[in-house]
Order: sequence, then C-alpha cells, then structure tokens
Amino acid sequence: MNRWKYASPLLLDNEATAICKKNVRIYDGDQKTSFEGGELIITTHRLLWGRPGAISKGQTCLALNLSLVVYIEEESPSAFSFSRSRKIILYLSEPTDFDPNGPQQTSIYNFIKLSFREGFNSDVTAILNDCIQRKQWETQVNAAVAAPKVTQSHIKLRTGIVGIERSLQEKQKAADESISVAFQDLSKLMTMAKEMVQLSNTISTKIKEKQGDITEDETVRFKSYLLSLGIDDPVTRNSYKSENQFYRSLAKQICDILQSHIEEMGGMMALTDVFCRVNRARGLELLSPEDILSACQIMESMNLPLKLYQFNSGVMVLQLATLDDESVAEATAILLDDKGSLSSEELAQTLGISITLAKERLLTAEKYGKSCRDDSIEGLRFYPNWFLTH
Amino acid sequence: MSEVEIEWPWQYSFPPFFTLQPHPETRSKQVSAWKSLILEYCQKNRLFIIDVREAHQLPLFHNSSINRKLDPSVIISILSELSKTGNAAALDKPRHRWEVYWHTLEEWASMIYEYVCDSGMQNSVLTLFELAQGDDVQGRDFAGIHTDVLIKALRVLESERKCELILSDEDQGVKFF
Repeated sequence: MNRWKYASPLLLDNEATAICKKNVRIYDGDQKTSFEGGELIITTHRLLWGRPGAISKGQTCLALNLSLVVYIEEESPSAFSFSRSRKIILYLSEPTDFDPNGPQQTSIYNFIKLSFREGFNSDVTAILNDCIQRKQWETQVNAAVAAPKVTQSHIKLRTGIVGIERSLQEKQKAADESISVAFQDLSKLMTMAKEMVQLSNTISTKIKEKQGDITEDETVRFKSYLLSLGIDDPVTRNSYKSENQFYRSLAKQICDILQSHIEEMGGMMALTDVFCRVNRARGLELLSPEDILSACQIMESMNLPLKLYQFNSGVMVLQLATLDDESVAEATAILLDDKGSLSSEELAQTLGISITLAKERLLTAEKYGKSCRDDSIEGLRFYPNWFLTH
Repeated sequence: MSEVEIEWPWQYSFPPFFTLQPHPETRSKQVSAWKSLILEYCQKNRLFIIDVREAHQLPLFHNSSINRKLDPSVIISILSELSKTGNAAALDKPRHRWEVYWHTLEEWASMIYEYVCDSGMQNSVLTLFELAQGDDVQGRDFAGIHTDVLIKALRVLESERKCELILSDEDQGVKFF
C-alpha cells in the first residue's frame, strides 16, 4: 500500500488510458482499506484510483506506477465466497524512492489486491499484463520524464524539516559521488604506488651496488627519470632537492622573514618556531615541515645570513651564520660567571629563549669545557668550569 | 672511627664535583681531584678499606652541607683509576670492597725494610703484630697498618728475597734477611 502516491489524474506525456472500471476497492495485502467504491483507471503507465467522480473533475487521486508491478494473478474465489467480486493480486517490487507523499508510509505486504465489486471481463487482467509488458514508461524521452519529476520533487522537498534534511542529504550524496569520481584515478595510483616505490628502490640499490659498472652519466640520467616520475629516490634525495629552484627561493624568503627576529632572540631559533612563524607570516599557501626543512638545509650553501644547525641531541635550529659554537659557549660562560650557576629554565628566562635551546646552549658550553654540570635530584644545573680555571 | 679534621679542598663544596663530568678534559681534572682527595682522606683517617656500599657514611663521599653524594658507580670508577697507579685494589669481583694504599705497596715495603735495617733486625723474626702495632714502630708511618695490607707489602719484599713470610694459623710472622 505504501507504493501508492497521491497524484494528479491528468495523464503524462505519452500516457494513454487503457481501461476504466468502477466500484473498485484496494486491499493492502489481505487487509481491506478505506479506499473503496472508487474508479480505477488502468493507463499505459499507471494505475489511477479516485473517489467516484474525482478523476473526471481532475481532483487528486491515488496513483501506482506500473513499473513497480512485478507480476499479477487473479485470485480464485473461494468456495465459501458469496460475493460477486473478483480480485486481482498485484505483486509489487520495493519502492525505488522514498516519497512521503502517499496515503500510507509503510506496509508489511509486498502485494496489493484490487477488488472489483461489479466483476470484470477477463480482459482486465489481459490489458493490465499487456501494459506491464510493454513498459511504455521506459520508452519515454528521458528529458520529458526528468523535467517534470525534478520540478515536482523540488516542490515536495520544501515541506518541513524532513524536506530540508533530505535536500541536504541529497547534496551530500551528489558531492560524494563527484569526489569519488574525481579520485577514481588516484585510488588506482595509490594501489600501484607501493609497487612503484619498491621498483624504484630495487633499481636504485642495484645502481649503488654496481656503481662502477654503469657510467656516471647513466646513473644521473636514471635518477632524473625517477625524479620526473615524482618518486623520491632515497639515493638522490639530497643532491637533487637542494638544486630545486623552489627551495632556493623559499630559503631566501625564510631568511628575509626571520633574520631580524633571530637576531633579537640571541641568534638562534628552534625549527619548530621557524615553522610556526613562517606559516604565520605567509597566512595562506602554508608550507609543510618537510619543505621548510629542505629549504633550511640549503641555506648554508647559498651563503644566506642564516643557517641550519643540528645539536648533538638532534634538536635543529636556525641560527645566524656568523654564530658558531664557540661564540655561543663563550657567551654562555660569561652568563654563568655572572650568575654563579644556571639551570636551563633559568637561562631560558634570562635570554627569553625556549628551554630546549637554553639547554643546548649550556651543553655546547660544556662541550667546549666552559661549563660543568651538577646532576642531582634537584635537577641538572650548570656551573662555570672551575675544574679547568682554578 | 674518630674523625680527623681534614681541610676539604674547594672542590668539595662545589656541587659539580659530585657529578661525573662528560667533557673529557674537565673529567680528568675532576677525577684527579677526587683521587688525591680520597688518598688524603684515607691517610688522615688511617682508612685502609672502603666499602662502596657503605661509602655514603663517609663524609668523603657525602657532603651534607650542600646535600651532594657521589654515585657509587662513580666511586668505583675513581677507585679503578687509583688501582692503575697501585693506589687501590679491589678485594671482590663486584668491586664493592677496596683497599686503598695512600702509599703504594712498594712504598710500604721499602718503608718497612728501611725500619728493619735501621733497627738492625735483619735475620730475625718479627710477628706481624709487632710490625704493625708494636711499641717500637710507633711514630713510623706504617704504624697501625692493616694486616692484609701489611701482608701484601711483605709479599713484595718476599719477591725481592728480602724476607720470608711465616703464615701459620697461630702466629703470623716474618723473617727478614
């Protein structure tokens, strides 16, 4: 019964009336419904059922698309039946789209019955079968169907919260589809990517092994092929990336942005801070940590005022090119002499730098024998190196 | 054990002294300062044996005024350094018990032999007790020497054929030549 829709009795394009019967009652499965004594029109596309006179006046009636009808059969009247009525059972497929615009939203049955109180000639089933088999609704021009359908659905969608939700859902679905179409190629590539990387790795290890057998020229050419495919070749990574124009200009830009700041901060800035500041300064077109690292790595070779420096602990900083370990150690030693002793936290506060950097400075001073450590339960403190100065 | 007042070096009240320094040059200075401090302390206190497990009871390794202790593993490594110059020797495998020789065994040996020669006791037999605690040795450097250390020093003399140890259960003696 949930397949029935309210609809206008006006015929659609190409639709033609096949037969018309009166005093027909609709059953939802085996259950009688209140739709009784109405007119039934079988068209090439639909079944239309209306209260007596409603169809001729063009009032709303019930409609059932014949496309939903799977199979029909005539119910054989039982031996105890006194009524003259004859019944047709229509087995229906699941409704293809959910449409709230119907007399009944759900039904436990997948068939309906049409009860013809006044009986009928056997031609009713024949006509009905004929209409179903011809499937004239399919031969309709697509546009002709689509156009009225779309406008209709738009009107329907506006009704209530359900309508809004449905329209949102549909938009999402459409977006999903377009995305999955757009990335169809990419997913294929991703499944291939692992093999590609493996292939390039095996080739590059082979090259490494046979360094002597292949001429330098060929090696370089092969590596450039790999790169042009966009494959990161572990062997050539550094040499090729450093020549990249992008990184060169990026390195320059980073220097421009940060030089004054780094000078203010005592000549050193942790790479994490560099990352934040540069991206903050750019605002849009943000850089990945890897790009920044690569750019910083080539600074020294470009004779820029800043350079990347890695402490023994692995902490990486961008520091003034003029700044070297010795001067850092020297400056820290002077501070230590002033203060007597320093923990990394205290030095961080004094200089306004991060604790990590402060610790690195103290360790650098220690490396140059300018400080010595006191590792106790109170924490790690550094003292001027009296062992060497006294 | 009566505590003899010892004049602590400046390092003793310098907290980094109690942390092994990673910088090689600094560390060698630190370790050598520790070595001389340990020997001086043991000499002043006539301390022949150090047990690392109980070392923190000694003020030497625990400066309560600045609340710093020397880590036992560091003590062991410093004592190992001392053993290289013959100034200490581990008594057990895990290196917990150590003899400390502020005079090396050779120095002890020559001191004892000097005493023997001075008092003309060559070719005579002395008990170890006489050598270590006897009235005649009072005032000598080796007075009160630990018996084990004494035996080891005499073994050195024995290898030079200057004495012979007589070690029976009852009385332990030595005959000098």
